[in-house]
Amino acid sequence: MQLLNERPKSLLDVQMHYCPGCGHGIIHRLVAEAMDELKIREKTIGVAPVGCAVFADHYFNCDMIQGAHGRGPAIATGIKRSLPNSIVFSYQGDGDLASIGMAEIVHAAARGEKLTIIFVNNAIYGMTGGQMAPTTLIGQKSTTTVEGRKTEVNGFPIRMCEMLATLDGVVYAERTTVHNVAGVVKSKNAIKKAFQNQIDNRGFSIVEILSMCPTNWGVRLDNPSEATKYINDSMVKIFPPGVYKDVSAK
Amino acid sequence: MYQGIRISGFGGQGVISAGVLLAYTGILENKNVSFFPSYGAEMRGGTANCSVVIASDEVDTPIVSSPDTVIVFNEPSLAKFESMVKPGGILIVNSSLIKSEPTRKDIKVLKVPCNEIADKLGNAKIMNMVALGAFAKATGAVSIEAISRALPKVYKKLKPEVIELNIKALNEGATLA
Amino acid sequence: MAEKQLMKGNEALAEGAVRAGCRFFAGYPITPQNEVPEYMSWRLPQVGGAFIQSESEVAAINVIFGAAATGVRSMTSSSSPGISLKQEGISYCAGADLPFLIANVMRGGPGLGNIAGAQGDYFQSTRGGGHGDYRLYVMAPNGVQDMFDFPKKCYEVAYKYRIPAMILADGIMGQMMEGVEIKWPEVDVKGLEKQKWAIGTNEEGRERRMVSSYDLRDGMLEKIVLERAKRYKEIEDKEVLWEEKMTEDAEIILVAYGISARISYAACRMAREKGIKAGLLRPITLWPFPKKRLIELAPKTKNFLAVEMSLGQMVEDVRLAVNGRTNVNLFAKPGGSPIFAEEVYKAIEDIVKKGAKEYATVK
Repeated sequence: MQLLNERPKSLLDVQMHYCPGCGHGIIHRLVAEAMDELKIREKTIGVAPVGCAVFADHYFNCDMIQGAHGRGPAIATGIKRSLPNSIVFSYQGDGDLASIGMAEIVHAAARGEKLTIIFVNNAIYGMTGGQMAPTTLIGQKSTTTVEGRKTEVNGFPIRMCEMLATLDGVVYAERTTVHNVAGVVKSKNAIKKAFQNQIDNRGFSIVEILSMCPTNWGVRLDNPSEATKYINDSMVKIFPPGVYKDVSAK
Repeated sequence: MYQGIRISGFGGQGVISAGVLLAYTGILENKNVSFFPSYGAEMRGGTANCSVVIASDEVDTPIVSSPDTVIVFNEPSLAKFESMVKPGGILIVNSSLIKSEPTRKDIKVLKVPCNEIADKLGNAKIMNMVALGAFAKATGAVSIEAISRALPKVYKKLKPEVIELNIKALNEGATLA
Repeated sequence: MAEKQLMKGNEALAEGAVRAGCRFFAGYPITPQNEVPEYMSWRLPQVGGAFIQSESEVAAINVIFGAAATGVRSMTSSSSPGISLKQEGISYCAGADLPFLIANVMRGGPGLGNIAGAQGDYFQSTRGGGHGDYRLYVMAPNGVQDMFDFPKKCYEVAYKYRIPAMILADGIMGQMMEGVEIKWPEVDVKGLEKQKWAIGTNEEGRERRMVSSYDLRDGMLEKIVLERAKRYKEIEDKEVLWEEKMTEDAEIILVAYGISARISYAACRMAREKGIKAGLLRPITLWPFPKKRLIELAPKTKNFLAVEMSLGQMVEDVRLAVNGRTNVNLFAKPGGSPIFAEEVYKAIEDIVKKGAKEYATVK
């Protein structure tokens, strides 16, 4: 008998707390696979956010640090500048990265910090119970937009990859999804590239991954495909997947 | 021995550099010293002032509220600091720029045409040294020789000939005290 | 004795920190502490260290959170409004047991206040400052020599007990120049102990390490905080510092730190000349506060007089220690206005000669 697939070494064999149908589990695995394949586990340090992925420090099998909400890129900067030979990634959600941590992500990018950013965009505050996020779509219901997000009250969703791609310090910005197999494969390749850029000492790389939040999107448990459908039908229209910047390709 | 000094003038007249030089001179003479600049929000053109203390004992506070000597380089400084001089103290007035007459009768007023002397020596920037020369002679708190020794230590980038010119200004100032 | 060097307080603080092994600095411009980051920006690269001017105070303290977690001796500095912004990160560092050095060159407050030297951040510094149960080791310099010397002691205590250490100076301390004598050899950073808790590259195959300030398991946070409290107790027992002048026979003992202590000492000498037996107790550490010494002194003196450039903050620690055993008085001046020895002397005279009880310049 031949073992075709096994748990990545970079992912600990522990039970995760994520909801059924959540994208975080898939993305954790992709990050771990990338670390395994690039053989960087021993020199990688991960920064866990505040939000649903707060317990990421219990899941990745490498040195981990967990800090304040939105400050991941600042914390990662401190680690990387102190240990330039290490590989540092910051794993963040949309509230963490695009709202309270907007200054930290923009300035880490502007400084061209040699970091890998995994940005999980599910258009909602998950851990706190489904409030409007900076990436919540127009019309999308949340516990603070019960009739749906209205532009005249709540403004517009923020497109991080497009924004960050304008900064000279960014070498790579790509948006992918994990709502279907093709998306998962693309996400894996993008994450691997974002790490490879750091190994090659190139500069700031970010992968924005559109991910499902069945619980806070109000998707029925007996119909989980509703969530993948929401990404396919609605989210990608506002947040089109694609490569927004890739200096490393030139 | 205790000598509390206030120096005041426009930013750019060498108020701060004169104060730092005096403090350093005090160190060379094995005294306890302190220097404290006023640090207003303005960057240029405003009035700058500083406090210097040279003492044989510990210095209590670096902010001199009742100075033994006040050096003023411009009119606004005279208006602001004349009243502060300790009775029996010394007020050194840059008479090149200050035309108002000091009114206090209980202090010694020394009029020194700092700018004119500096111009005569060929470098307008050394007008503060003329005042320091007068200060050293009038108070005896530090010697001209010690200030001269401090000069190259504080201003490491100054060329020897410029140091010489500064020393000349000190000596010129001393003759007027 | 080597010739003293004339140094500005903020520069002495920065150079003292570098000589004490600081190899990482992150900060943001704010008056009156700007010379600290300015100095660090060119000095740290000379010794192989890193300097980052961050986008905000909030970012600076979090850069330090990351750097300190790798075990490098790190530092941030700011002035009052900036220190308020840093409180989130300070709390996280305390909660993650990360040692580092933070300097507050205080200015007048609250709000934007002014840029004059003040002592209004006493409560904030000695009570933790941010959210949650924690303490900082707080040292109060009262001269440029202290600014140069204190970073070393702060790092020693910070690393021994895994606690953030603060140097609580004021604008006058930061801006004044005085002679500094270099009395101790530069710390050899290569010789420093490797920290068993520090995250980093793990090529030796050790157990993976985690740095965090949270634990959601039932009752675990209580245990963690109580374990930390034991270290706090040990610091209170072993690391409290103060100095005394003329207290042996004093009928009135002034209690003051930083620049206020120097002015108070001058006032004591004026009093002695007039036949009043005045003495000075200067807390060098504000947390831990020298309360045991105050308890010892309380029965021996008729009066304490707290002198501070704030509305009456440190006086509360004096009262807590003295606990009604004798009269505690207050000379307080808020808003960044300087205190002069003459006015402190007048307070001494009012209390000792006119018998004022519970005397306070601010009621």
